[in-house]
Amino acid sequence: MERKGQELEHIPKEKFEFAQLDKTIQDKKFDTKTRGFFADAMLRFKKNKSSVIAAYILSLLALYAIVAPIVAPIKMDNKDKVYTNTPPFIRAIADKGWGIFDGAVVHESQNEAQMNYWKGIGVETGYNPVIKILGTSETVSKYRGQDRISYFYKMSTNKYYDVGVVYRVLSYSEFERIQEWQNETGIQVIYPYVEPEAISGITDNPNLWYQVDSKGSAVLDENGNFIPVYSTNSTIEGAPYNSIRIPGDDGSYIYSVRKSGSVQARVCYYNYYQYLNGYEPLYLLGTNVLGEDLFCGIGVGARFSLIFAIIVSAINLTIGAIYGAIQGYYGGTIDMVMDRFADICSGIPMMVVTVLFQLHLAAKVGSVGAFLFAFVLTGWISMSALTRKQFYRFKGQEFVFAARTLGASDKRLMFKHIFPNAMGTIITSCALVIPSVVLSETTMTYLGIINIADFAGTSIGTLLAQGQPSMLTSPHAMFFPSIYFALLLICFNLFGNGLRDAFNPTTRGVED
Amino acid sequence: MGKYAVKRILLMLMTLFVITFMCFVLIRMLPLAELPIGDPHSDVIEARREAAGYNKPYLVQFGIFLKNIFTKWDWGVSDVLYFGQEVSNIFVSKLPATMVVNLYSIIFSIPIGIILGIFAAIKKNSWIDHTISTLTMVCISVPSFVYAFIIQYFLSYKLGWFPFLMKSGTNFFTWSMFVSMLPAVISLSMGVIAGFTRTTRAELTEVLTSEFMLLARTKGLTRTQATVRHAMKNCMVVVLPSIFGQFISIMSGSLIIEKIFSVPGVGQLYLNSITGRDYPMFTMLVVFYTTVSLAASIVVDISYGFIDPRIRMGSKK
Repeated sequence: MERKGQELEHIPKEKFEFAQLDKTIQDKKFDTKTRGFFADAMLRFKKNKSSVIAAYILSLLALYAIVAPIVAPIKMDNKDKVYTNTPPFIRAIADKGWGIFDGAVVHESQNEAQMNYWKGIGVETGYNPVIKILGTSETVSKYRGQDRISYFYKMSTNKYYDVGVVYRVLSYSEFERIQEWQNETGIQVIYPYVEPEAISGITDNPNLWYQVDSKGSAVLDENGNFIPVYSTNSTIEGAPYNSIRIPGDDGSYIYSVRKSGSVQARVCYYNYYQYLNGYEPLYLLGTNVLGEDLFCGIGVGARFSLIFAIIVSAINLTIGAIYGAIQGYYGGTIDMVMDRFADICSGIPMMVVTVLFQLHLAAKVGSVGAFLFAFVLTGWISMSALTRKQFYRFKGQEFVFAARTLGASDKRLMFKHIFPNAMGTIITSCALVIPSVVLSETTMTYLGIINIADFAGTSIGTLLAQGQPSMLTSPHAMFFPSIYFALLLICFNLFGNGLRDAFNPTTRGVED
Repeated sequence: MGKYAVKRILLMLMTLFVITFMCFVLIRMLPLAELPIGDPHSDVIEARREAAGYNKPYLVQFGIFLKNIFTKWDWGVSDVLYFGQEVSNIFVSKLPATMVVNLYSIIFSIPIGIILGIFAAIKKNSWIDHTISTLTMVCISVPSFVYAFIIQYFLSYKLGWFPFLMKSGTNFFTWSMFVSMLPAVISLSMGVIAGFTRTTRAELTEVLTSEFMLLARTKGLTRTQATVRHAMKNCMVVVLPSIFGQFISIMSGSLIIEKIFSVPGVGQLYLNSITGRDYPMFTMLVVFYTTVSLAASIVVDISYGFIDPRIRMGSKK
């Protein structure tokens, strides 16, 4: 009996016929879109939720760095000498009393006299500095054999309003101009003068306009109101005053006194600020110790940091890639000698390089140029080590041999055949180099080893260093730059890690 | 292995020599600090400079510099910060504070870091792991001066737990001194804890999924037994060397932390010598910091071989 298999082996030729001659063949070529290396990596990246979120936050932070210095209502170079270390303030929001953007500073244990002082500022200028009384405490003391209860308050005041009135020595023309401005806008800057004799000789406090005792506490009338003691002595008047007068002025109050060729007047600082700048104080993140707007300052500093870091990593990438390519491709003695050189460069502490370059080169190429050199000198090594490793990985593979057999030159092999394969790794490591450059740059400026304020305006490190001494009274000057900076680094690292994992799934460790 | 270690040490010494020479020349090229006229120390410093060969060629200067170090442990004399005092004495007097603070820091942070790492690896992909990993990420990214600010403002000022700055004095082992050091210790520890957590977690997760672990479980070991006896050993191959590295670098202080918390240590001395332009001091500290970082990396590399027989065998080929 013949088996079925044998029967199939000897099928006569004419029994064969073509199948599906008139049908379309579906699997001849891929009709779906081909997915390249980068698209594949992007898909993997998008799966990593935290990295995607980090990327969004990062783009917001970068946007802030670009946009904030342009749109900031008050620019960096406008340094106010009185509003220094002031908390965030927006008038429109402060008036609503929500407890934010109100320029609040907390004062501990204020007694009645000080409470009256705050109240006096509010009554005179119309800007009440007291925001909230946070707590009251009683102290009982013996006074001439009787118990006397004194109250102490913990309260918050508006740091923009509690400046109140200040003395300003003005030239005659300036005094005229302020009066004209007052007439135009209806905002009162100059307040009536008070003679020192009327306020118990207390000359250092321009905010006393009412009757006080020898200690400076207010003497109130029977209704509990202040008793104004404005000067009407026209013999000491500095210059004629023809502008807004305060309510209750019958025209006899004087608004300035003579002061050796100019006049001295009491000006309400909040309004004087408006006269000087043309706008009301609007500090979104407050001011630092120099009176610079932090909203703008953080943007300016971050912009410099980011641009600087990108330039540094671009240069390091170029140098490191070429150096590492030569090292990895040729290997042997060349590799060893070049490795020694890299070892020496990486052995010098970064701090030392920065300092020495600063001392030697800053005069020639500027402090930023010297700083850049310092970063480049020590920064390219990690990049070259990475490239070298990739070259060792790829140079023994078949496609390289094939290209060599076809007569490709060394240069072509290195940069046309091997390098593109190593590209993903190198690019992603760049995303992790940028935050490290930003961090070292900020550390150096924070420690005051280099100062780039002349070139860049400011930097986050400088802002932090400026906030440090007054950390307890005005923590915002330290808080906002810290938050921005910490967020920037966290997001950069998350983003970079996500990118690295997406490009090199093998280095991710164990997948679940 | 011994041959490898000797080779590495010799290479390190060569690197150190080259770096020292380069930095030395660059520093000596800078203009000298001016000495106040009439001060009795000025004459002494002038004489010392003459003896150190400040007017001779740089190579000769470097020779004298090396000779003085090897024969007399003479690193020159401070001409700005500690006017007329021996640089090496000042340096030695600053070393204890840095070492004590760093020692406390690693004594606390290494166990915490490793335990957190093990915990995260065992509970992989649970909320515990996610929390620990996220915190680690944050702790590694956030720079130490932000921690220092948070600790100073909230713990020291708002809550009043710690003093604001480190107490002065050299009595390092009293309780009040310890409490005053804590803010600095905590700020230093954050990054170290995060680093160890990350390394331990990464290593242990990899080891836990390898095949010999499966074999160990098949043999009948419980999960705990298998983890402690087999996984931990392999995980420690990577973790132990970095512990050694940390111990070497306890000598180098953190510039930022020492500045903020006024720790009277090497880091602050280094910073002051930079800002005060005290070049003899700076030279010594450059050599010191370079040595410490090179030594730490070499200790890490060599200890791999001592710990892991596979690497030791591999190097014999």
